[in-house]
Amino acid sequence: MSDKNLPIWEVFLQPKTGASFQHAGNLHATDEEMALQNARELYTRRQEGTCIWVVKTEHIVSSSPEDQSSFFDPADDKVYRYPTFFKVSKKAKGL
Amino acid sequence: MSADNEIIFQEKIDAGLKIEPKDWMPDKYRKHLIRQISQHAHSEIIGMQPEGNWITRAPSLRAKMVLIAKVQDEAGHGLYLYSATETLGITRNELIHQLQTGKAKYSSIFNYPTLTWADMGAIGWLVDGAAIVNQQSLRRTSYGPYSRAMVRICKEESFHQRQGYEIMSKMSNGTPEQQEMAQDALNRWWWPSLMMFGPQDSDSAHTSNAMKWKIKRETNDDLRQLFVDRTVKQADLIGLEIPDPKLKWNPETKHYDFGEIDWEEFWEVVNGNGFCNKVRINNHINAHAEGQWVREAALAYAEKTQNGV
Repeated sequence: MSDKNLPIWEVFLQPKTGASFQHAGNLHATDEEMALQNARELYTRRQEGTCIWVVKTEHIVSSSPEDQSSFFDPADDKVYRYPTFFKVSKKAKGL
Repeated sequence: MSADNEIIFQEKIDAGLKIEPKDWMPDKYRKHLIRQISQHAHSEIIGMQPEGNWITRAPSLRAKMVLIAKVQDEAGHGLYLYSATETLGITRNELIHQLQTGKAKYSSIFNYPTLTWADMGAIGWLVDGAAIVNQQSLRRTSYGPYSRAMVRICKEESFHQRQGYEIMSKMSNGTPEQQEMAQDALNRWWWPSLMMFGPQDSDSAHTSNAMKWKIKRETNDDLRQLFVDRTVKQADLIGLEIPDPKLKWNPETKHYDFGEIDWEEFWEVVNGNGFCNKVRINNHINAHAEGQWVREAALAYAEKTQNGV
């Protein structure tokens, strides 16, 4: 019997309690439990995480690099979304 | 269209930006990466064997625990790198097939036998030391997934080199027999370690595109020199002698000059005629075949349960 490729899972780690989850890499596993256990062995051998998320790679939806400029364009001309856009007196404290 | 793509691609590289899996890339760039990263992955996996050979005979429980942890790291490094290679559109099974049929290479250093415990010291100190020089440079490689794998690997690898140097330093400060063993290990591993950086720049088939595309950031010869300069001082410190009568500090270049590498030996081992080429691949084939029923059972279990494939 020829070898079947095992499904690929993406691994996200929370480095410490309260922090955002970050992508760590991926791995092969047949089911959720194995994916979590493999993620622990592969990505947290030195206490890199307090919690792990795994999700099948095929379930990740990504924007495409070719459309990068048009996709993110709406944010391009809205400088008023930054605090430095507004001029206020230096005497005003706590802003 | 493709000409435009190629210009945009090279502009990105020149600006120091990373290339990601979904970005357009020249076919030759993709092929070069698959070859280089998979060779790197296979080296980590085959590299478990020479050290695995000494786990049952480690001289203390501490030494055994450390060696097991190191070999486990190497399995991990192989997996990070296989993952990076898979982002280029090749499957794990194809990669394993290429390794087992000899289509893909791995670092020739792992075709040398590990004869004594001092070899565990020499491998950690020299082989991992040479690998670190190469990998530190590759953290800046242009392909995102490869670069990220290198960052992770470098963080873990420095323990490997220190554990090797600790073994060498203990043995060279030990009994006369231990000192002799340490020197003998250095004698056998020194030249193969220098060969790890690959052919001289003048003979390297892959260097020019690799530098233009920033897959490689420094040449084989530059990295080799960096390794020699670092290692000579480390050897001095523990009273071991590098087996090269031509090794000499050059005050003009501010580097160590060293003797001629035996390239004939290098190519012999690359082409399959080293001491252990056959046994390394046979072990891999057997281990993979013995794991076949486990993979099948895990897939069957997954199919029968809710969260399955």
